[in-house]
Amino acid sequence: MRHLLSTDELSLEEAILVLDTAAQMAATQSREIKKLPTLRGRTVVNLFFEDSTRTRISFETAAKRLSADVINFSAKGSSVSKGESLKDTALTLHAMGADAVVVRHWASGAPHQLAHSGWLGSADNPVAVLNAGDGTHQHPTQALLDAFTIRRHLVGRVGGAGGDGVGRDLAGLKVAVVGDVLHSRVARSNVRLLRTLGAQVTLVAPPTLLPVGVETWPCTTSYDLDETLAHGQPDAVMMLRVQRERMSGGAGAFFPSPLEYSRRYGLDHRRLAMLPAHTVVMHPGPMNRGLEISAEAADSPRSVIVEQVANGVAVRMAALYLLLAGDSSAEGSSI
Amino acid sequence: MPAYLLRSVRPLGGDPVDVVLGGPGAEGTIAQITPPGAAVAPDGDVVEVDGAGLVALPGLVDLHTHLREPGREDAETVRSGTRAAAAGGFTAVHAMANTSPVADTAGVVEQVWRLGEEAGWVDVFPVGAVTVGLDGERLAELGAMADSKARVRVFSDDGKCVHDPVLMRRALEYVKAFDGVIAQHAQEPRLTEGSQMHEGVVSAEIGLAGWPAVAEEAIIARDVLLAEHVGSRLHVCHLSTRGSVEIVRWAKARGIAVTAEATPHHLLLTDDLARGYDPRFKVNPPLRTADDVEAVREGLADGTIDIVATDHAPHPREDKDCEWAAAAFGMTGLETALSVVQETMVDTGRLTWADVARVLSGAPARIGRVADRHGRPIAVGEPANLVLVDPAARRVVDGATQETASANTPLQGREIPGRVVATFLRGRATVFDGAPVEADA
Repeated sequence: MRHLLSTDELSLEEAILVLDTAAQMAATQSREIKKLPTLRGRTVVNLFFEDSTRTRISFETAAKRLSADVINFSAKGSSVSKGESLKDTALTLHAMGADAVVVRHWASGAPHQLAHSGWLGSADNPVAVLNAGDGTHQHPTQALLDAFTIRRHLVGRVGGAGGDGVGRDLAGLKVAVVGDVLHSRVARSNVRLLRTLGAQVTLVAPPTLLPVGVETWPCTTSYDLDETLAHGQPDAVMMLRVQRERMSGGAGAFFPSPLEYSRRYGLDHRRLAMLPAHTVVMHPGPMNRGLEISAEAADSPRSVIVEQVANGVAVRMAALYLLLAGDSSAEGSSI
Repeated sequence: MPAYLLRSVRPLGGDPVDVVLGGPGAEGTIAQITPPGAAVAPDGDVVEVDGAGLVALPGLVDLHTHLREPGREDAETVRSGTRAAAAGGFTAVHAMANTSPVADTAGVVEQVWRLGEEAGWVDVFPVGAVTVGLDGERLAELGAMADSKARVRVFSDDGKCVHDPVLMRRALEYVKAFDGVIAQHAQEPRLTEGSQMHEGVVSAEIGLAGWPAVAEEAIIARDVLLAEHVGSRLHVCHLSTRGSVEIVRWAKARGIAVTAEATPHHLLLTDDLARGYDPRFKVNPPLRTADDVEAVREGLADGTIDIVATDHAPHPREDKDCEWAAAAFGMTGLETALSVVQETMVDTGRLTWADVARVLSGAPARIGRVADRHGRPIAVGEPANLVLVDPAARRVVDGATQETASANTPLQGREIPGRVVATFLRGRATVFDGAPVEADA
């Protein structure tokens, strides 16, 4: 694999390789000098067609810690807002000698098109494309950092393996993903990756926020959060952000009111108490405190939400390292 | 204009005969049909054609073409689109109204009609808009368009659905005065807001907003009941789901005056093709599931679906060379429609060539009320509107070399059966030996 577009494309071995590499990267981040010389002379472009300060800074930090040159390209105020097409933007970046493009786009499939259209390098020698979130499709590094966080907390503990669960998958673990699955690239990415790593995933949402066809996904679904927490006893509970525009009243709303959503699908004090002692609480951020997650849950000792952010840098360092500095002589060099 | 002596062609795939087109006293008509070898060459300039192996069909009639002129001549012009139509075996096309300006007045429909006359490749019958500006708010001057030189009989807001039930009822009622038909683009707008492809397993997986089948079916169900209530003619454009086929089957069994069309792409392609995010496969209504494709084939075979119509929708390259969500809906089809029908319906034994003549010529001509000139039987004295097809030929589709001004064919690089060898419009070869023939050539 020459790109990181979707967690669908990652084999078990590749996924574990990324997580193990991320563990090595994380170890370097506790040193006094965090910077590695690995990608010196390489150029990484952050191409963001959609606002996302957190993800952009995470990728930027990761690239800089590997000594790459980083160019940030935001669609706002750029030639894109003047009507330039994705194709012409890609041709420009290629002409400028980008080695990797981290792309965030509002359109599902845009990174796939960048990687496969021939706009960004030739078919034989393409510029590496990292999907930093596309529409409602995929956000693979988010899923990888989630898996990394789960492994670090739960696999080492349960299996007695080395500190971060290095070399291990997530077999036997149960993960509940709760909230707006319909519009969530995080959920799509996580279902595939966690399944590949051997975990059991349950999606919990009101029926209006589960996509048609979800029954074909490699997971179970539930409309009842209490039932899932009480009887499913998940090892990790991943809350998804509910976007404000989904709640607008009237016929277009996906649920009757924020209050009703919070009552039925919010992680609050009562539900927190239903969880096993070892269960971790996760959220990709930014959170709507008081809606999908209470302040108490977000700030509880079970919460690994801040750690997810830190792990994001290590995972993105790993992805960039494997795509740009891995054994590029090998046919179909992969991460 | 020379006369043509077609040796040993097979009308509707039947036994070989000789056919003479034109000649003294028979200009523009079929002059003779005789057993092989028995035809007598008429006086004057005669071109003799070895038609062995070729199937002769009445010239094809497309009830659903987008010619884009006026307004989007960068995508297609009446001239380029009708030249593509002739290359595909058509002798008549109905040109959809969603041009710029919209064909919602007598002036615009006459302009399109006149451009068609001047181009001379096929007869162009403009479709009039149902509502002013396609805005779904108030009826366009349907009577003025009907009375114009273009003699409009088909009215459609295609591209948009006439979603207001009262307005749809009024339109159905009003066109009865001049034997018109409302051709509905069945798409419930609220259920399809932001939709990018068929709603189902694939859309959920690849994260594109879904266009549910029920958004089409609900409108068709409503409209057939309205058509029954007011006793008018309804035509369902590009029907694409199993449920839609079943509703039309039910309506016909009940005696409602409804006709329906399927596109070539809905007979062949499925939503699975969206996985590569190639906007060539983005179309409205979207490509559906394999089960829906099977239902559309069954519906066409049993007569529930009356016709195949291309929904030829050319777009300039920049409107497709972009992100899927930003790309225009639509695909070209005039030059490949007959081959797709051969591949999906004839070569699979579901339709005969006589059936093909019905669904691609006779029935669309009747629905469009041009059956006095098109979709006629292959018989002496009839207009010499014919297409000769080589069903044994195979070809690889290349959008860049087609006659249409746009290259957004979903069949790019695909090998398909059949080839149009010649097309005759009132005895004049518009296509000969597989290539378009200029009128003054």
